Parts: sequence; structure tokens; C-alpha cells
Amino acid sequence: MAVVPLERKPLTFAERTYLPQIAEGLRTTWRHLVRPKTTLEYPEQRPAVPAGYRGVPTLVKDPNGREKCVSCQLCEFVCPPKAIRITPGGIAEDSAHAHVEKAPREFEIDMLRCIYCGMCQEVCPEEAIWLQSQYSMTGYSREEMVNNKARLYELGGTLPDEHFKWDHKKAAEERGGGHH
Amino acid sequence: MIAAPKPDLITVNVDGRDVSVPKGTNVIEAARQVGVDVPYYCYHPKLSISGNCRMCLVEIGMPAVDPATKAPIMDPATGKQRINWIPRPQIGCATNASPGLHVRTQTPQIKDCREGVMEFLLVNHPLDCPICDQAGECKLQEQATGYGRGYSRYIEEKNVKPKRTRLGPRVTLDDERCILCSRCIRFCKEIAKDDVLGFVDRGSYSTLTCYPGRELANNYSLNTVDICPVGALTSTDFRFKMRVWFLKQTNSIDTESSVGANTVVWSREGVIHRITPRQNDAVNDTWMADSGRELYKAVRAADRLASCRIGSAEATLDSALLTAGTLLREAAGAVAVVGSGRSSVEEQFLTRRLAESLGTSAHLVSRTGPGDGLLISADRNPNVRGALVTGLISALPPSRLEALAAAIDAGKVRAVVSVGEDLAVAGLTAAQLAKIAVVYLGTHVNATSAAARVTFPTLTVFEKSGCFVNQQFRLQRFHKAVPGPVGAIDDLAALSKLIGAAGGSAPADLHAVWRELAPAVPALREVSLAGVPDSGLVLDSAPYAALPFVEGETLHYKPAAKA
Ligand code: SF4
Ligand code: SF4
Ligand code: SF4
Ligand code: FES
Repeated sequence: MAVVPLERKPLTFAERTYLPQIAEGLRTTWRHLVRPKTTLEYPEQRPAVPAGYRGVPTLVKDPNGREKCVSCQLCEFVCPPKAIRITPGGIAEDSAHAHVEKAPREFEIDMLRCIYCGMCQEVCPEEAIWLQSQYSMTGYSREEMVNNKARLYELGGTLPDEHFKWDHKKAAEERGGGHH
Repeated sequence: MIAAPKPDLITVNVDGRDVSVPKGTNVIEAARQVGVDVPYYCYHPKLSISGNCRMCLVEIGMPAVDPATKAPIMDPATGKQRINWIPRPQIGCATNASPGLHVRTQTPQIKDCREGVMEFLLVNHPLDCPICDQAGECKLQEQATGYGRGYSRYIEEKNVKPKRTRLGPRVTLDDERCILCSRCIRFCKEIAKDDVLGFVDRGSYSTLTCYPGRELANNYSLNTVDICPVGALTSTDFRFKMRVWFLKQTNSIDTESSVGANTVVWSREGVIHRITPRQNDAVNDTWMADSGRELYKAVRAADRLASCRIGSAEATLDSALLTAGTLLREAAGAVAVVGSGRSSVEEQFLTRRLAESLGTSAHLVSRTGPGDGLLISADRNPNVRGALVTGLISALPPSRLEALAAAIDAGKVRAVVSVGEDLAVAGLTAAQLAKIAVVYLGTHVNATSAAARVTFPTLTVFEKSGCFVNQQFRLQRFHKAVPGPVGAIDDLAALSKLIGAAGGSAPADLHAVWRELAPAVPALREVSLAGVPDSGLVLDSAPYAALPFVEGETLHYKPAAKA
């Protein structure tokens, strides 16, 4: 590679006094002093989380309080870092949700493993697992960083449902007829 | 059942490729031989043909001949004999190959047929895959991937049927999922000979049920779950336990009896979830008994032995070996060895070596029960033949250890090494057990482990590898499915160390044992462990032809005629 020697231009008088540079610097400082603030006093102040944000994965209930997860274990299968661990189980026959037959006995998501990819939400056939707006997970031990079923439902809360497919089915059963 | 195919071969043509098949082969099997997949539900190679699902439709035709002269009619366009195709599709399962038969499986008509059949099957099928145990091994899922339309045109109402009918103690039926293939009905009638299932009602209302007052309780009921192509019949034990795609499959052998049914053990992360049969047309076809599927529960039983013991105190392996060695030396000349018909061939070989290094011969005890004529034989030990082959014993074992009991009473035996046999069950009284020093190798707590001076915890059949010799003198391998509990010792290693303590030496792992076993055992001289195929290797049974084996007739086994 050819080396091209460049000649350094000598500084002008104004430049040698440094005064224009200092004035320019002060201008920036003063401008920011009077501008509206863009930083937040975290953690007292929290940012507004945009819709569709992929935060901590959570489990949700439908508006009737039924846990939507049926422990199909597809999310456990798809999760790239193997953060999910499900113990499947049946639903007791005397339960109000007995018609769904299956629900997780235990459901754990290891947040030290989770990479917030959202694959679990995408694969879930029951729309039961959602990455919602919670973004900060902290803890003092590894165990604390594993969200169990109770915690996942606490974080997830209730989401609106469009289908109520199980409820439709139960209604048809009680009617003794068919369903769509 | 299909009669055994006769050896005369005929040639048929599937999708333009000629294939020679035995006479009597149906089109599905003939196509399978050239790698052409004909989808099916109701057909099962070991059951009669019912032809009700219509998924296996194919086009068939025969070479054209002149009706008068029987001369072939040639097609001028191709220069070959013309094929007279039957205009309507035929079911492949009920069409037997005949010489010159031509089959087409890839035409637009057949594609339409398959898609049509799929659409009708799915009309009333629930969208249950997320809660269905069959998901992942469901024929309906598989064929829907190939021939389904991906969306539903059905705007009418779907049927509602009972979701959890108890058909029997081990089988639960989900009626909505049933595609009415009748495999389960045919199995009960033809194989289990317990004709309890049938359909009631008609059309979309057809429902599988038991005859009034009966239930599906025979010891082969879970085979219906295996052959149900969909998730209608489910195992009550395995229901909602684990998705099958997480399970690792390990080939194993059923240890219930000397039939040695071939099995697959399904485990995840060291936990066994179910046992299913593995096809071996010379042993168990595609079946196994329900009782054999429960054996895995012993693996994680509460009374499992998981540490060496001296008396009732836990001990390290070394100190247990030291104590055992001292006991055996103290009783030198008055030590007996009790081997087991449940041990593998390799363990029996080492048991023989142990007996030899102690200067004694081994006792064995038989375990019998009524045979069921199918897959449970009268000999409930899986490997008595192995003990004969390895030279551990030379005559059939007695049902109780009376000779040993007498020797103990006479003071001629002061110490007994039991390799997995519960001596109390085998016929020794508590007083006799108290008189002698027992060294016990076993998996679970029992009267012998309680009385033993030294106990070595060993492995169940699911936690180790080895071979059994079944009633047909078929050497069959089983493989390690899960690791043993912490503290348990591989049987071969324990035996090898005991042989060491008794002053001999023996290898401690499977392959090393085989290097010594093959030359030392005449029947296995030509055999290598890796050379034993999955379907087993039949050994020469001629030397044992005179022995009065207890087995009666079972599937694929006829006892030698009594002289
Ligand atoms: S977001 Fe991704 S990494 Fe986290 S639990 Fe879901 S699938 Fe696993
Ligand atoms: S969260 Fe969804 S994908 Fe995961 S087990 Fe439950 S139903 Fe299945
Ligand atoms: S229960 Fe299963 S095997 Fe029996 S008829 Fe229905 S789909 Fe076939
Ligand atoms: S497999 Fe031929 S009709 Fe069912």
C-alpha cells in the first residue's frame, strides 16, 4: 500500500486562542440545561413500555379465571436455551375446568437461561404464554431466578380471549349437541 | 392373522418398479418393499383385514390379454403389454399381490382419494392435539401433514362424544378421537381371545364400547393402546405424564417369563415413563403383556437398596468387600452360591466363576406359574436357559432350595452368597437364614437383605446391559435405559470384586466378560456381543433336548414333544 504523507495545516490565530471552541462547548451545555429532560430517575420512575414488547415470559388466565396452559410442552420443546420445565398433569374430574382435562402440575422458567426470544409465545397453541411488559428480573440466588407456576400466573394475570374454545365445547356437551 | 407367507415369489409392479414378493402379500406390504408408502389406518400386519378406513386406496390393473386367444395385447405406443386399469381405486390392504399385478399410488385420482378420506376423518375429530397423548406418534397427524388441507371447510357442527370412558383398569377411551378403524376390536377377538369390544350406534354416532357388564381387563389390554392409530385409547398409567417426543427409546427384554418379549423402554433424563412392545416376528410379534409394562415401577420404588450394608449399617464398598471376604474365608469349604434365573448370561457366567473360586457349585431356584398360552410362559425366570448355556447349572432347577436347606441343617454350609435371589422365598426358613452368614447382591429390601451380613445394592434390568436366553434358546440383548441410583453397583462389577475377595479374578465390564465368556462357553464360541442382532440369535438347543422344560405352548413356541 502506498503511503501518502499529508501535511498538517498550521492552526489559525483564533484556533490558537481556544476561545471559539470553549464558546461552542458552553453553547452545548447551556442548550441541554434548558431542554426538556430525556433521562429517567430509574427505578423510581419507569419508562412506558411499548406495545408488543418482549419482556419476561408469563402464564395467563382467561377472563373466566381458567388457566389457559394445557401443559402440551410445545414451549418446553421449542425453547432454544431449554429454560422451560413442565410437569404435566390431569385436571381433577370434579373441577370446574374438568372438560379441559390437562393442565400443568408445575411450570418453571429459568430466567437465567431465558433469552427473551418469544418462541414459546409463538408456538403455544392455547395462547397461554405471553412475553409481557415486565423487563426487570433480579434476585439474590439462582433459585430466585426460576419463576415457578404460581409466580408465572402472578406476573401474567388475565388476558382477553377471542375463542373460548373449551367453553364452547363444554356448552355443546351440556346441550347434548354439536359445536363448531 | 395372516397365514405364514409361502415361499413362492411372484412379481408385481408398483409405480413402475417390479418387485418380487411372496404370494399372499398385500399391496401395502409389496409397496413398502420398494419404498413406496401407502398410508393406512385400519390395516395391521398381525390382524385380519377389515378394510374400513379407505385410506389405502390405490389404482390396480392387470396386463391385458385377448379373451379368446389369451395372447398378450400390446400397446403400440410403448411396445409393451397394455395394462387394463380398473377405473375405480381399490383398497391396498385387502388386495393381494397376484402375478403381473400393476399398482399406481401416485396418480391425481389417488391423491384426491387420500385427501378426501382425510377430510372426512377430520370432520368430527376434535382439535385435541395439545392435550392428546398420541400427539407425536399419531397416524392421523402424520397423514394430515401429507394429505390434509390445512384448513377446515366444515361449517356444520362437530360431534360431541364422551371424553374419558373407563374401558378397563388400564385403558381409558376418548370417544371423540376414535376413527372407528376396529383394530382394537380385532385385537381383542383374534389375539387376546377376549372379545369384549364393539361398536354401538351408527354413522357419526358410532361409539366404541365394551359389551354390557364386561370390561377390557385382560392382561393384553394395553396392546390396544399401542395399535390405536389415534389417541382414542390411552394408557391410564401413562396418560398426561409426558410428551413422547421427549422420550429416549432403549431396546430391552421383558423379564416376566422365559418368553423374553422384546420391548422398548421410554425414558427421559433417567426416569422411565413407559414400556411398549418391540416387533420381533419370531418371539412376540408386536405384542406384550400389561404386567410387563409395570415392571419399571420397581426402579424408583421406596424399598430400593442404594448403599452397601454390613448388617443393617451402611458401609463403603471397600469395607463391605473386606467383611464379605473375611466371611467367605472363615466359612471356607462350607460356602454355597445361589445364582438366579433372572441374572443375565454374563452375570451367570461370573456367578459360575465365583462358585468355582469358592470350590463349590451353584444352586438355582425355579419360579413357575401358569402360562397364558400367549406371551407369558410357565417359567417365570427369564434366563434359566442362560444358566444352562453358561454351565452355571446342568439340570433344571428345583422350585425350592431343599438340598441347600438340608446342608445348612447338617452344618455343612455356613455361608451363602445369593446373587439376587430372596432365600426366604426360595425355601429357607428364618432359623436357617439366622444360622448362616449371608452375602446378598440385590436390588430391593427383602427378608434376605434383612438377614444378610453383607449386602451389595445392584441394578435392575433397566439400568444395565446384557443378554438373556429365552425359551427358544434365542440369545437376546437388553440395553441400559437409565442410570442406576447413586450407590448401586453394576452386578458384574460386584461379582467381579467378590470373586477377587474369594481369591480369584474376573473382568468387571460387559465387553471384558464377553472376551472370556465366548471362548469358555461352547454354545457361544462363535458369538460376539456386537454380533447379536436386535431380533436375537438362536443358539443350538440340541444338548438340552432331553430336559423336561416346564413351558407349555405360547406364541411362536411349541414345547418339544414329550418322549
Ligand atoms: S422467551 Fe425464548 S428463551 Fe425465554 S422461555 Fe420463551 S422460548 Fe425460552
Ligand atoms: S404454555 Fe402453551 S405451549 Fe407451553 S405447555 Fe402451556 S399450552 Fe403448551
Ligand atoms: S379406539 Fe382406536 S383402535 Fe379402536 S376403533 Fe377407535 S381408532 Fe381404532
Ligand atoms: S388400511 Fe385399507 S381400508 Fe383401512
